[in-house]
Amino acid sequence: MTGTAIRLRQCAKTFQGGQTALSPIDLDVRPGETLVFLGPSGCGKTTTLRLIAGLETPDAGGRILFGDDDVTDVPIEKRGVGMVFQSYALFSNLDVAGNVAYGLKVRGMPKAERATRVAEMLELMHLQDFADRSIHALSGGQRQRVALARALAARPRILLLDEPLAALDAQLREQLRVDIDRLLRTLHITAIYVTHDQAEAMALGDRIVVMENGRIAQIGTPQDIYQRPANAFVAGFIGNLNRFDVLAHEQGRARVAGGWLPWNDTSATVLCCRPEHLEIVHANGALQGQVLGQFFQGAHTRVLVDIGNGRQLLVDSRDDRLRQRGDLIEMNVTGPLFALAA
Amino acid sequence: MKRTGLFTLQLAFTLLVCAFMLVPIVLSVMAGLTRNYFQGIESGLTFDWVIQVWTAYAPTVWLSLQLALACALCCVVIGVPAAYALVRLDNRLSRAVEELLVLPVAMPGFATALALLLTYGHYSGFRSSAGFILVGHVLFTLPFLVRPVMAVMQRSHLPVLEEAAASLGAGPARRFFGIVVPNARAGILAGTLMVITLSLGEFNLTWMLHTPLTKTLPVGLADSYASARLEVGSAYTLIFLMLIVPLLVALQVVSNRLSRGALR
Ligand SMILES: Nc1ncnc2c1ncn2[C@@H]1O[C@H](COP(=O)(O)OP(=O)(O)OP(=O)(O)O)[C@@H](O)[C@H]1O
Ligand SMILES: [Mg+2]
Repeated sequence: MTGTAIRLRQCAKTFQGGQTALSPIDLDVRPGETLVFLGPSGCGKTTTLRLIAGLETPDAGGRILFGDDDVTDVPIEKRGVGMVFQSYALFSNLDVAGNVAYGLKVRGMPKAERATRVAEMLELMHLQDFADRSIHALSGGQRQRVALARALAARPRILLLDEPLAALDAQLREQLRVDIDRLLRTLHITAIYVTHDQAEAMALGDRIVVMENGRIAQIGTPQDIYQRPANAFVAGFIGNLNRFDVLAHEQGRARVAGGWLPWNDTSATVLCCRPEHLEIVHANGALQGQVLGQFFQGAHTRVLVDIGNGRQLLVDSRDDRLRQRGDLIEMNVTGPLFALAA
Repeated sequence: MKRTGLFTLQLAFTLLVCAFMLVPIVLSVMAGLTRNYFQGIESGLTFDWVIQVWTAYAPTVWLSLQLALACALCCVVIGVPAAYALVRLDNRLSRAVEELLVLPVAMPGFATALALLLTYGHYSGFRSSAGFILVGHVLFTLPFLVRPVMAVMQRSHLPVLEEAAASLGAGPARRFFGIVVPNARAGILAGTLMVITLSLGEFNLTWMLHTPLTKTLPVGLADSYASARLEVGSAYTLIFLMLIVPLLVALQVVSNRLSRGALR
């Protein structure tokens, strides 16, 4: 199976009543890649997914292409997309095998071939012992695996997943996420995955589309988005962020509350870095501050530091030395530092 | 468990109410089985009356059963798609239609019958057929099917199920018969039983709409009460009960399972 490219051209969506869910967007999904839509509630992730699925039609002027086919006016049942929903949406009038076979039956696949395919899909999802089970007798994780098997059975061109793990508890979510990851890698299917969980997005996405208010805020690899966020919204939405207001520029350095940062570009007004890219040093640090508190978090210790001017920093320190409130410490920047439009 | 005085009182009251409702039925059934009602039970028990009723009125029983089944069939054929449309549309118009559906239940049966007579009375072929009564019954019973079907449809996340089916390649008809109907089956079953029960017992409308050749069971019952011996009427009641009680029990069982969600 090789994936199909998806292209959205000037796709906007205005709902009845004038609610604009999506401003015109252009989007190119590469064949076989896993693209994650990430963003806060109501930013238009589901709407975009449903446009691609064919469950909503874009406002006039918007086009949707699968490969070279313009599918804008093709109804969902002819688009050949597999869908997985947060609520599983399994057919409770059919058993597990019946659910997986549904799409094959609709397409008129002969019985013997269908049985083979269903068995294959159930095995792929570790469900071979559940074939005759009623849907009601399955756990949430098992249900979502059935839904995945059902969506993939008919070998769709594109797989669309709308927060498939949101209804599961943390441990199960992790497990199933690994399963989905393995599946998407082995099948090389073009997949779009909607979530508002940034860890999930980072782990699964070849690329991530961060959305804000019906617009695309940034598209990029997880590394891009994390290390070079395009704007304050993206930076703030993904991970924790330390913000420094630049007070002055001097000889390739920027003066900020608590000290100096190495920065050449004199137009920057706000500089940012991640908590894990600050290191506590014994002497000659670029920044100084006073410890406000310290929280042990397992792999690292998060230290809250006051650097004056009402600014506080988060520092993720690898050592587990005990620091008291009020201790003076010095810090260096060890990782990427980036400027944001204020 | 220690039973309080209040409990005893409540029990007594419940039993009293039950007796109040059940004793007339029991007496009526007994009357239908007694040789001579005015001499009382000492005159002996007999099936003569039941047999007599059966020979005289068997056609009304068959007609009623046929009508009830035809009525249920019509209601399902009309009502299930209607319920689906109402659930899917869910706008002001659909709510108005829903209210309108209940109108024949709220109106006195005579009024509905009169309206039917005024409108279709002069098509004499139709007027004298059982089909005329069928139309009345369908009008009257339709909301009793539409309502439970709608309730089940609203509960069963139909929109997303349909979207899933559509993504798997199923067109609208396939989705309706393969997904919507099976997932609403509990409501359809409950509604159908209700429709059959109501159609079997319907008198008001039917009395106005019937002809001497299209007499249903309740109309025959009224006839026999009015014109024959009391024992005959009572034996007739017995036959009616034998039809209707199993249906009511089935209805109860279905609605119990429905409320437990076992048939979802
Ligand atoms: N059927 C609809 N009618 C009117 N407005 C809608 C409809 N569906 C979505 N919206 C609106 O469009 C906007 C985007 O909704 P969408 O469901 O795409 O958000 P989302 O990013 O998926 O959010 P969430 O994370 O909560 O699922 C929201 O403001 C929402 O209220
Ligand atoms: Mg959503």
